[in-house]
Amino acid sequence: MMGAIELPAWKLAIVASLVLMLGVLSHCLRLGIGKSLIIAGGRTFVQLSLVGLILESLFASTSPLWIALVALVMLLFAGREVMARQKRRLAGWWAYGIGTGVMFVSSFSVTIFALAVIGPTPWYSPQYAIPLLGMMLGNTMTGVALCLDRLTETAWQQRGVIESRLMLGETADSAIGDIRREAMRSGMMPAINAMAAAGIVSLPGMMTGQILAGTSPLLAVKYQILIMLTVTVGSGFGTVLAVVAGSHRLFDDRQRLRLDRLVTERR
Amino acid sequence: MGWVPSMKQTRHAGQPATLRLCDVSVGGLAGISFEVPAGAVATLGGPSGSGKSRLLRAIADLEPHGGDIYWRGTNQSECLPQEWRQRVMMVPAESHWWFDRVVDHFPEGVEVDYRAVGLADATDQWQIDRLSSGEKQRLALLRAITRKPEVLLLDEPTANLDPDNVIHIEQWLRAIAIEQSIAIVWVAHDPAQAERVADCQLKIRDGKVLAS
Repeated sequence: MMGAIELPAWKLAIVASLVLMLGVLSHCLRLGIGKSLIIAGGRTFVQLSLVGLILESLFASTSPLWIALVALVMLLFAGREVMARQKRRLAGWWAYGIGTGVMFVSSFSVTIFALAVIGPTPWYSPQYAIPLLGMMLGNTMTGVALCLDRLTETAWQQRGVIESRLMLGETADSAIGDIRREAMRSGMMPAINAMAAAGIVSLPGMMTGQILAGTSPLLAVKYQILIMLTVTVGSGFGTVLAVVAGSHRLFDDRQRLRLDRLVTERR
Repeated sequence: MGWVPSMKQTRHAGQPATLRLCDVSVGGLAGISFEVPAGAVATLGGPSGSGKSRLLRAIADLEPHGGDIYWRGTNQSECLPQEWRQRVMMVPAESHWWFDRVVDHFPEGVEVDYRAVGLADATDQWQIDRLSSGEKQRLALLRAITRKPEVLLLDEPTANLDPDNVIHIEQWLRAIAIEQSIAIVWVAHDPAQAERVADCQLKIRDGKVLAS
């Protein structure tokens, strides 16, 4: 197995100069994104360098406490991101609570399952646990945010239909059933599409990274298959749980549609 | 939510078939009490925004409210919500549809008399998006009646109809109320319509319901 070619800072600086050129071009074309481009590029440097430093020290320590702490921080940020991506979200702590709770249940359990399958020693080895959890959280976050956004937005738009069905004596489950199924489908589609396109339309990022770092393509492919399957399972279960919990909250104990429990994000 | 007894289990023999509101409050309305016996039509009038539709929604258990609402002596809160709404059924002012064809909105195996609301038998195969607002309103009434409710809460049921159909639907609903012993609460803006259909006229004034 080959090691990756060392990437000194001056080589990164050459690439960064290209971003600066793009910034100058966008300024000349008055696109109004030059500043955002430079700030985003700077954030990439700073954020990833910090993560690199944290991971370096984390990999060296293998303390379960530190790994749990990093995992918790990742989870809390993912929960916030889920909340921020919804146009209409449940009021109070519900939007954050459902997103975070669902990701905790689905991402953590599937990550532990994947770790058990891979079999590192110790089982919580940060070299495996943190990247796996990161990928699981990232994809589950996308699925959960999409499905909750679809659920609340469609329930809002079709409140007349939902209430008409309630008026005819249907249960809340039946009245919102179609909307719930549609929301679940929309949450699961990105992971399913990624699986269908893998290797033909796109080379998945993790596999590309492993190959660049010197891993044999066949081993990288095996890991990628494992990751894609577990990511699909994690985001799939997360989506189902989030939609069930979210739609439950849209009704009260008398099965009345309670859209007053939603708040609209002002953009 | 605890166990909720079904209406059949809690219905007491000999209870009069009456819709009874006791000290109901919802929105800006408070202390609303009235009764509508089976087979009777009570119209509900009042200015726009006075809370007529909200009161109907509260009776249908679609809106949180104070006070007690009884049908045949059973309190709304002691009954499963879906079972209450199967018996105490609301037809909103604007109808909503979720399948492509008319027939899919009616219970399977039930013969639907489209002629009763002035429509042809072939209506069942019509596409919803080709219906006029008047046809939708008549079909929404038929969709509710087909499910055999015991109380009907009608929110301006003839608002989208031409004058001939208004009279036809009024007569049809009056006949159905008597034949099927249905208690009807009918939100009517038009005083002439209230005169034609009502056994009892109720009006909302200053947050109270008054009999006129």
